Amino acid sequence: MMINHPLLGPRDSAEFVYKGDVMLIDRPDPASETAAREFYAYGYLRDNPAGWHEELWFHEAGDRSWLVVTRNTLTHEIRDVKLARDVARSRGRST
Amino acid sequence: MRFSGFRVIKESLTGHKGWTPAWRDPEPQASYDIIIIGGGGHGLATAYYLAKEFKQKRIAVLEKGWIGGGNVGRNTTIIRSNYLLDGNEPFYEMSLKLWEGLEQDFNFNAMISQRGILNLIHSDAQRDAFIRRGNAMRLNGVDAEMLTTAQIKARYPFLNTEDARFPIKGGLAQHRGGTVRHDAVAWGYARGADSHGVDIIQNCEVTGFRIENGKALGVETSRGFIGATKIGCAVAGSSSRLMAHAGMRLPIESHVLQAFVSEGLKPVMPGVVTFGAGHFYCSQSDKGGLVFGGDIDGYNSYAQRGNLPVVEDVCEGGMAIFPAFGRARLLRMWGGIMDMSMDGSPIIDKTHIDGLYFNGGWCYGGFKATPASGMCFAHLLAREAPHPNATAYRFDRFEKGLMIDEKGMGNQPNLH
Repeated sequence: MMINHPLLGPRDSAEFVYKGDVMLIDRPDPASETAAREFYAYGYLRDNPAGWHEELWFHEAGDRSWLVVTRNTLTHEIRDVKLARDVARSRGRST
Repeated sequence: MRFSGFRVIKESLTGHKGWTPAWRDPEPQASYDIIIIGGGGHGLATAYYLAKEFKQKRIAVLEKGWIGGGNVGRNTTIIRSNYLLDGNEPFYEMSLKLWEGLEQDFNFNAMISQRGILNLIHSDAQRDAFIRRGNAMRLNGVDAEMLTTAQIKARYPFLNTEDARFPIKGGLAQHRGGTVRHDAVAWGYARGADSHGVDIIQNCEVTGFRIENGKALGVETSRGFIGATKIGCAVAGSSSRLMAHAGMRLPIESHVLQAFVSEGLKPVMPGVVTFGAGHFYCSQSDKGGLVFGGDIDGYNSYAQRGNLPVVEDVCEGGMAIFPAFGRARLLRMWGGIMDMSMDGSPIIDKTHIDGLYFNGGWCYGGFKATPASGMCFAHLLAREAPHPNATAYRFDRFEKGLMIDEKGMGNQPNLH
């Protein structure tokens, strides 16, 4: 697989480490009354769909950026690549 | 129809006209007492033990394709019980004991060959870890022997034990480990289940569950609705897809694991060998092909095929420990989809829905577990209580902090 890095252009997926479902960006609020339950779901439960999947890839052997890759788990086709930082900010995260 | 040497002789003298199909091809009935979803090794074994050991009636196995077309036909055929943790070791030893009596039990030649498995050691730290593992096995009554370099050299004279990069310092051997003809496991269990009255229904995909007031009433399938008092799901690889129909999210990611077989060679590998400095393992099939594999690709996939970086990585591992095998040509390679669970261990448990039971999360260790998985899942379905050797395989262990993490990797499925 080739991952079209927003800053570096097409890079071999072997340079990256797969880090899981993009929902990991949405860390629960530890001060919430239901935090224990929410962190359990955050840490352990996944949708794991067959088809399009938004997921985090870390460019370990490259510029160390985190990316959000939209990839089809049935065909390995990649449709979209964004910087995870931009996605996190658009979801209301400060950093 | 029982298979025997006498029967083979009789049929060979009478033109082989007496053989009958190994199992029926029945139409689905309107309802069953127990439906098992998934006609792979685990589902067929569950149905077999439900009928034979637990005397249950009116059982069906529903398979979306053909039986044995999933992971039971896509693995590297290794059986072993060299686990470390208490939640796992008695279960896998139970499985190995069932393997040892399986062919007589279901009257089918599964070519079970206890040729031994050897985990090579290349460093002092690794020696400590494997001594600990061997001791844990022996505490559970399982055979484990630490071999010296000289003992390994006697069995595998072509190994370079003095290699500067990866010297072989010894090895942990389980002599009762070995290999099995994997397809014959599916066929043997299918034939055995069928002979005890189980309906094996192929080309019947489950497309949904009918659940009312928290109770499962049956399954919607590509061949219509089929009612059931109890439904057992054994579809590892597709567990998340199936259980999503029941509104469940699982502690599982699906990953692709590749495996490889070379052209047929004269006998060179007497047993199964794992390379401790990389992730590479190899055995030789009875046809002569070197069967080998390594790591999963590491990203969610349902594609049943992997990518080249892992092919390169596996072959590098192989060349590091068995450089002679570089002369062999690769004959076939394939990918299977694994339920990679959050702690690397499986789940055999009831769900929160009455009448719906789950078996999955086998990571890439499902084949060796087939008999015990079937026996324990059948126990759960028939007796409504976990088998004593599978009490740790609960859904709620992640919420309660009772993970069974053999490798100590945490909730990162691609590292187990």
